[in-house]
Amino acid sequence: MRDVAVIGVGCTKFGEHWDRSFRDLFVEAGALALEDAKLSGEKIDAMYVGNMSAGRFIEQEHIGALIADYSGMATRHIPATRVEAACASGGLAFRQAVIAVASGMEDIVVAAGVEKMTDVEPGASTDALTGAADREWEGFVGATFPGLYAMIATDYMHKYHMTREQLAQVAVKNHFNGARNPIAQFPNEITLETVMKSTMVAEPLRLFDCSPITDGAAAVIVAPLERAREFTDTPIKVLATAQASDSIALHDRRDISTMDASVAAGQRAFKMAKLTHKDINMVEVHDCFSIAEICAIEDLGFCKKGTAGKFTADGETALGGKIPVNTSGGLKACGHPVGATGIKQVYEIVQQLRGDAGRRQVENAKIGMTHNVGGTGATVAVHILGRV
Amino acid sequence: MTVARFWRKIPQRYNLVGTKCTTCGRHFFPPRTFCPDCRRNGKIVDHKFAGFGTVVTYTVIQTEPDNFSSPGPYVLAIIKLDEGPQMTTQIICDPKETKIGMRVKSIFRKIATDGESGIIHYGTKFVPVE
Ligand SMILES: [Zn+2]
Repeated sequence: MRDVAVIGVGCTKFGEHWDRSFRDLFVEAGALALEDAKLSGEKIDAMYVGNMSAGRFIEQEHIGALIADYSGMATRHIPATRVEAACASGGLAFRQAVIAVASGMEDIVVAAGVEKMTDVEPGASTDALTGAADREWEGFVGATFPGLYAMIATDYMHKYHMTREQLAQVAVKNHFNGARNPIAQFPNEITLETVMKSTMVAEPLRLFDCSPITDGAAAVIVAPLERAREFTDTPIKVLATAQASDSIALHDRRDISTMDASVAAGQRAFKMAKLTHKDINMVEVHDCFSIAEICAIEDLGFCKKGTAGKFTADGETALGGKIPVNTSGGLKACGHPVGATGIKQVYEIVQQLRGDAGRRQVENAKIGMTHNVGGTGATVAVHILGRV
Repeated sequence: MTVARFWRKIPQRYNLVGTKCTTCGRHFFPPRTFCPDCRRNGKIVDHKFAGFGTVVTYTVIQTEPDNFSSPGPYVLAIIKLDEGPQMTTQIICDPKETKIGMRVKSIFRKIATDGESGIIHYGTKFVPVE
């Protein structure tokens, strides 16, 4: 297998883009990534695109071809493949691009992610997202996505006695970071009171425990490490790529508040990179709900099971803490255009490793990690990236 | 959900008919036609569940999805059936009285309506055991 490096990254601003279409968004992200790698489109050998549900959100399928076409790649007939794993679609698209280059089949490959969620009514977008869980035996009986994560939170708080305030600190910290990220959907900091007084969605989760509905796109370009310096002075090496599965329904899990797929993907990634959690300088985890970040930092080994609430409230996951988590603002504050999220996580870690993260820069950042979850943990993708 | 998609699962949804692997004795609800433990050696038969279980975890949904029959907040739970498997269901009870470990039994109820004049879907919910 060949070593692989990220040579260019691009991301649109995340938010509610009433004036912009699905096509506008991915063309912008792709152009930014090409410009960053000082590449012209003629050099691209293949594309992988993470997208959860364009069929439900904009009534468009066949996204691979559409993106190749509107990015000007269709005239060269390069292979363009859509990758779908609900909210982990982006992470899997990145992994497919890395595998394509590592195998020697392709040289310069684009991994992109895009979701346009605001072209349907909120009820319709919520229903589309429910398709990430088990439609027949969860969705049909009245489970919503916040409802499923709320049941994880109930189980967790019952077992480990985390307080509601400790859980709220996840959102407070992520908004603090998002306010320092120019692409973030929410530019504002919030207080503990903002979370605690927000509308109850599914007990114990309130509105400010939930990531928003977002439009956005992100793209990164990967190449063989040995060729990376043709395109950039700061190549970022892919140290590990890992993926794991679990039962589609939450009720079939071994433990409701442990994502075994996170544990498995994390362990595989550390083994592949020959590293431990102590080597990681910052991590982007999948905080679709505040409780998801609590489970993620435990499942990846950054703190012991049952202690993440205190760990978070003590500031250990904040900028300047033991392990800064979600410096981008995470899904909560940066936004969650479902298929784009996994690529945006790579984008953020690359910014950090290059020293380009501005007011949210982690000092002396050398190694970073991404953790992207589909559904309630049925698919997890983990990547480790490092400075060369 | 179309009529056929609903109709083909009526025994399972109305009467808690799941499956059982006679090779290892494991029960499945929701039903599976392939035993994840025995794989090709598993022999799967239908199994009607007794309908008793225990609450594993729960939430109170405040903003119900479109088409659901509950007029207001409702209790959503994962319960462990006495035969072993866990399932997601609604519990008809006072949200404040819901507890982890609470004993529940199955009951036949309306679940959702497809649109204003659409077909009504029935299925299994649970109620606390007195
Ligand atoms: Zn068996």
